[in-house]
Amino acid sequence: MIDLSLLSDGGMGWLDASGPSSHLVLCTRVRLARNLAGHVFDTRASAPDREAVLREVEAVVPETVMLRRAVRFRLDRMDRPDRQLLHERHLVSKELAGLDADSRVRPAAALLVQDRVGVMLNEEDHLRLQSLQSGFALEEAYREVERLDTELGQRLTFAFHPEFGYLTSCPTNVGTGLRASVLIHLPGLVLTKEISKVLQGLGQVGLTFRGLHGEGSEVVGNFFQLSNQTTLGKSEQELLDHLGKMVRQVMEYEEQARQVLWRDVPSIIEDKVWRAYGLLRYARTLSFEETMNLLSGIRLGVGLNLINDVGLYALNKLLVHTQPTHLAVAEGVDADDPGLGVRRATYVRKILEEDAGRRR
Amino acid sequence: MVCHQCKDREAVVHLTQIANDQVVTIHLCERCAAEKGVEGGGTLAKTPVGNFLASLGKDVAVESLVARPGESAACTHCGATLNDFRESGRLGCAECYSNFEGSLRDLLRRLHGSSRHLGERYDPPGSSVSETKISHTQLRDQLRLAIETQNFELAAELRDRLRVKE
Repeated sequence: MIDLSLLSDGGMGWLDASGPSSHLVLCTRVRLARNLAGHVFDTRASAPDREAVLREVEAVVPETVMLRRAVRFRLDRMDRPDRQLLHERHLVSKELAGLDADSRVRPAAALLVQDRVGVMLNEEDHLRLQSLQSGFALEEAYREVERLDTELGQRLTFAFHPEFGYLTSCPTNVGTGLRASVLIHLPGLVLTKEISKVLQGLGQVGLTFRGLHGEGSEVVGNFFQLSNQTTLGKSEQELLDHLGKMVRQVMEYEEQARQVLWRDVPSIIEDKVWRAYGLLRYARTLSFEETMNLLSGIRLGVGLNLINDVGLYALNKLLVHTQPTHLAVAEGVDADDPGLGVRRATYVRKILEEDAGRRR
Repeated sequence: MVCHQCKDREAVVHLTQIANDQVVTIHLCERCAAEKGVEGGGTLAKTPVGNFLASLGKDVAVESLVARPGESAACTHCGATLNDFRESGRLGCAECYSNFEGSLRDLLRRLHGSSRHLGERYDPPGSSVSETKISHTQLRDQLRLAIETQNFELAAELRDRLRVKE
């Protein structure tokens, strides 16, 4: 079993709810896709090709400030539960962890993490540099990842084309290679049924939405990951500004929706919030999906200042630690253990009780 | 995960859509997905590029992706062909972008609305050296090619770079 305590904050500094607008935005991620010149891309790469990419990158990492203390994980040498743990912590993509449909872990698939930046190696692109920050922090996330990009780009030769920019395995990422995403909680828009209009609107302005774990993942607990769709033809700053502007607008719509709900149907909202809290506080068995939906209700209650017994940090922690693999590992059972629902309910009760105790 | 439709085969298509003002994710196996017309064509439509175009409401006109006059059928560096790209939606290596430049330029315009990178310029290690190594002749060659392929944005940039050098 891997030792995640080696990572500062267990690799979860992003969920400490310290960032701007943490009541609505869980975290912000900016990633840059880069490839090494002279090496074939993913679809044509043999195992030795991938090893060569890994060696080349690892040779320069000790010279960088951003990664010289990095913890290194070889995903191709890890068991499935360990890979799932990293994925549930938002540190690696489903693809790198070999958790997508074909369950294939690519040879030399690796992750380097130091504080809130990291690099996935031998994913769809040779390098996927990323920065994960708490709350709504696009500028900060970009600054960090750009610093890492500069450090690595001075030591490695990236594939770059004068017209097309940074070259990537898939043409949907070419140019800046930048994908910025904001994980935002929108229960107000879902309850007022305004969400579809908002999401459709985002589509029209070049943004896209995904579920909790990015590409191919489901929308659960009213969490939406909003990100830029195109990567070419605009500068990095323009892409970030555009996403930032739209996210601020969505946040405004969400606040308005909450005000409308609170003005028009306060008793329904109050009931929904306290019912969620009651269930999580006293239920004896909980599925992950139910937990996520109820946590969304409590989070709404915290946002509306209805509930003071629990803080955002505890809610964020629950979001991560009630996921199947995290729970199973902590409890020392298999992820498909039939008693997991009971264990989840026990764990949730304990955390909520402790947090309430601290706040009294 | 089991297919929502047939409740038998493994779901491989995860479709998030908006129906009756609700965001729903439907999990389908390949066969049921094809029956529902979620994915079809068996080519680019199945790849991230195809999904991307479909999400923009644009036609996935894979026929347009054929080698242009002057483009070799296979990449001279990695051997990948445009047919490989149609199947996987992924290119074989950085050189593929030069090999299939004309075809990809059109595709990039449809994907991103532009084919010209306006972000950070990249200077490889020892760049001040490598920048001066790009000779006037090479820049003029690139400029001529840009004009021939009617890529006027790039041509303008190359012209500026030539002026700076001069």
